Amino acid sequence: MTTTKSKVVYSPVFTDGAEFRIPTFKLLKQDGSLYKSAKAPDLDKEKALRIYRAMITTRILDERMLAAQRQGRLSFYMQCTGEEAAVIGSAAALDDDDMIMAQYREQGALAYRGFTIDEFMNQLFGNEMDYGKGRQMPVHYGSKKLNYMTISSPLATQIPQATGYAYGQKLAGDGHCTITYFGEGAASEGDFHAALNMAAVHRVPVIFLCRNNGYAISTPAAEQFAADGVAPRAYGYKMDVIRVDGNDILAMYQATQEARKLAVEHNRPVLIEAMSYRLAAHSSSDDPSGYRSKDEEAVWREKDPILRMRLWLESKNWWSESDEKQLQETMRREVLETMKRAQKRPPPALETLVTDVYDEVPPMLEEQFKNLKAHIRKHPDAYPKSAEHAKGGA
Amino acid sequence: MTEMNMLQAINSALDTAMAENERVLCFGEDVGVFGGVFRATSNLQQKYGKARCFNTPLVEQGIIGFANGLAAQGSVPVAEIQFADYIFPAFDQIVNESAKFRYRSGNLFNVGGLTIRAPYGGGIAGGLYHSQSPEAYFAHTPGLKIVVPRNPHQAKGLLLGAIHDPNPTLFFEPKRLYRASVGDVPDEDYRLPLGEAEVIKEGTDITLLGWGAQMEVIQQAVELAEKEGISCEVIDLRTILPWDVETVANSVLKTGRLVVTHEAPLTGGFAGEIAATIQDRCFLYLESPIARVTGMDTPFPLVLEKEHLPNHLKVYEAIRASVEF
Ligand SMILES: Cc1ncc(C[n+]2csc(CCOP(=O)(O)OP(=O)(O)O)c2C)c(N)n1
Repeated sequence: MTTTKSKVVYSPVFTDGAEFRIPTFKLLKQDGSLYKSAKAPDLDKEKALRIYRAMITTRILDERMLAAQRQGRLSFYMQCTGEEAAVIGSAAALDDDDMIMAQYREQGALAYRGFTIDEFMNQLFGNEMDYGKGRQMPVHYGSKKLNYMTISSPLATQIPQATGYAYGQKLAGDGHCTITYFGEGAASEGDFHAALNMAAVHRVPVIFLCRNNGYAISTPAAEQFAADGVAPRAYGYKMDVIRVDGNDILAMYQATQEARKLAVEHNRPVLIEAMSYRLAAHSSSDDPSGYRSKDEEAVWREKDPILRMRLWLESKNWWSESDEKQLQETMRREVLETMKRAQKRPPPALETLVTDVYDEVPPMLEEQFKNLKAHIRKHPDAYPKSAEHAKGGA
Repeated sequence: MTEMNMLQAINSALDTAMAENERVLCFGEDVGVFGGVFRATSNLQQKYGKARCFNTPLVEQGIIGFANGLAAQGSVPVAEIQFADYIFPAFDQIVNESAKFRYRSGNLFNVGGLTIRAPYGGGIAGGLYHSQSPEAYFAHTPGLKIVVPRNPHQAKGLLLGAIHDPNPTLFFEPKRLYRASVGDVPDEDYRLPLGEAEVIKEGTDITLLGWGAQMEVIQQAVELAEKEGISCEVIDLRTILPWDVETVANSVLKTGRLVVTHEAPLTGGFAGEIAATIQDRCFLYLESPIARVTGMDTPFPLVLEKEHLPNHLKVYEAIRASVEF
């Protein structure tokens, strides 16, 4: 027997899902005023400014680090630009102890949680203070302290992991949930479907946040799926879903706040589709002029989520021109000074090559490491980063 | 003949195959109008249309499952996996399906037309997930062919060989050489045989064996060794599965020494398989233990990738140690 409780019909009836038109939730207009029947969520001044500062931090970091990449100081970079409201608005609606499992473009969430510029820089330059010990490419951040799982490059792998992590939180009964971020491209991976199905079946307190920014590298959303976005898939798994204007900080905040309640208080997993646009290139290695027009980008530049929030803050008299100027100046200075510092710090010690592969270095790696050190001592000029480290020991 | 880099040679191979046979299709992530993130499929969509060269949704298991179905139907799919590191979501489709289609159906069905292209290897500051050399995982799977070219001429000839080979073939492209390696490439169709190693240089004292980007490393090491009067024979294995035991064994019977090098980790790496087979074939002729110069038994690092990689100095030291054994 199947568990489907469907009505019986006596002629073939096909449905294509077109009837599922999911509305888009918005509160804030581009001029910073609210839509007529909209009501702002309960967001106090202190929190609103914390959000805004994280947005500015992220934007300035993006600008500076892309420039640094262009100058050859940094090997690679990826920007959050254009998607700050989707990322930071959602992260701000969580408890700081909720878990974040991100894709790679969500440095805004980390900035909101309090990751310092210094911490960002140490990862970007892979120096000896990088928590990831210089093993991963730039922007693969992680912070145990801030409940931000270290990024892994293979797309979508974090999504079923988030379901698992959140199931553990449910069993622990600690009142926390997990949010996982991914792009509309990554949502095509098998991992996405596995994650949603398991979450719905096992009633897991997890929030799936799809940043639908229109492109996966060069592939436009229209070549990614035939459906009306990613949101309708939730119906197939019987999951709560909401589509939100991803450039609207208030809507993102409120939608995630409500999603969190569903997840934590009722063990209902939720899918949020944040509609936005990747204003920047995919990464510093990409050139979007090969696959989209400047005109298209310009339309979205007008919808800048940071400007929209700033106008709202000003309308409440929580922010002024001089506050803006001061914040921009201090942030720019801090980013520059911190970058110089991070760049000067030495690379990770040679032994980080063999540590953390297992809990302890196994004998075969011990042996390989010994041989490597002897080899480097013989050819110190060929290994400028580690010749010094290779000096000690056998 | 035209001077080309490796990407242009690969593009030329695809263009040649698509022009000759309308059943040849190219697809994968960003492969369409953009021409792939490395531009290997540039202009193919413009030339052959969206039905034959297209972007797929971002799902590797889907790409290869789809390609298996297409190949079973008699089409000739050339599927791109954007980086070899991301072939693993498609592992089941390759290892359990592509490889076993013919065998399990008693040859009622096969996916011989399938070719999977993927950029592999380190040296581009790609860290853990843009640097791996996964050939050994697939070499453990009967039913697949695995090919790795070392330069533009080889890339075009071997890729056309792979596309026309009646077996599912993995074609791993050394991305470090994509733009760095330049050479003359015939404009017409030519096919290099799969399953045959190539003796690139003859010598008498020691055999050096590798594939793909390691061939460049071997050449540099050989220059150092030959300055000291060591005569090196250099072989490019070209096909990892099934590999050319005969050519390698004959060389080692002559030189008595063998160094095998690859970027993948030592343990379980394909050099181990080669060493075992060659000591079986050549035991009484060996003057020194077969040496393996490989990546370390760790994931691929970022900042310390130079230390991790089996470079020319490490290969040179292995040559010296072997000769002085
Ligand atoms: C399994 C896997 N396949 C391919 C890639 C290469 N890749 C990195 S990012 C990307 C596009 C992702 O697009 P999307 O998920 O929409 O996120 P966005 O970059 O738009 O934020 C691709 C194909 C990868 N990292 N992992």
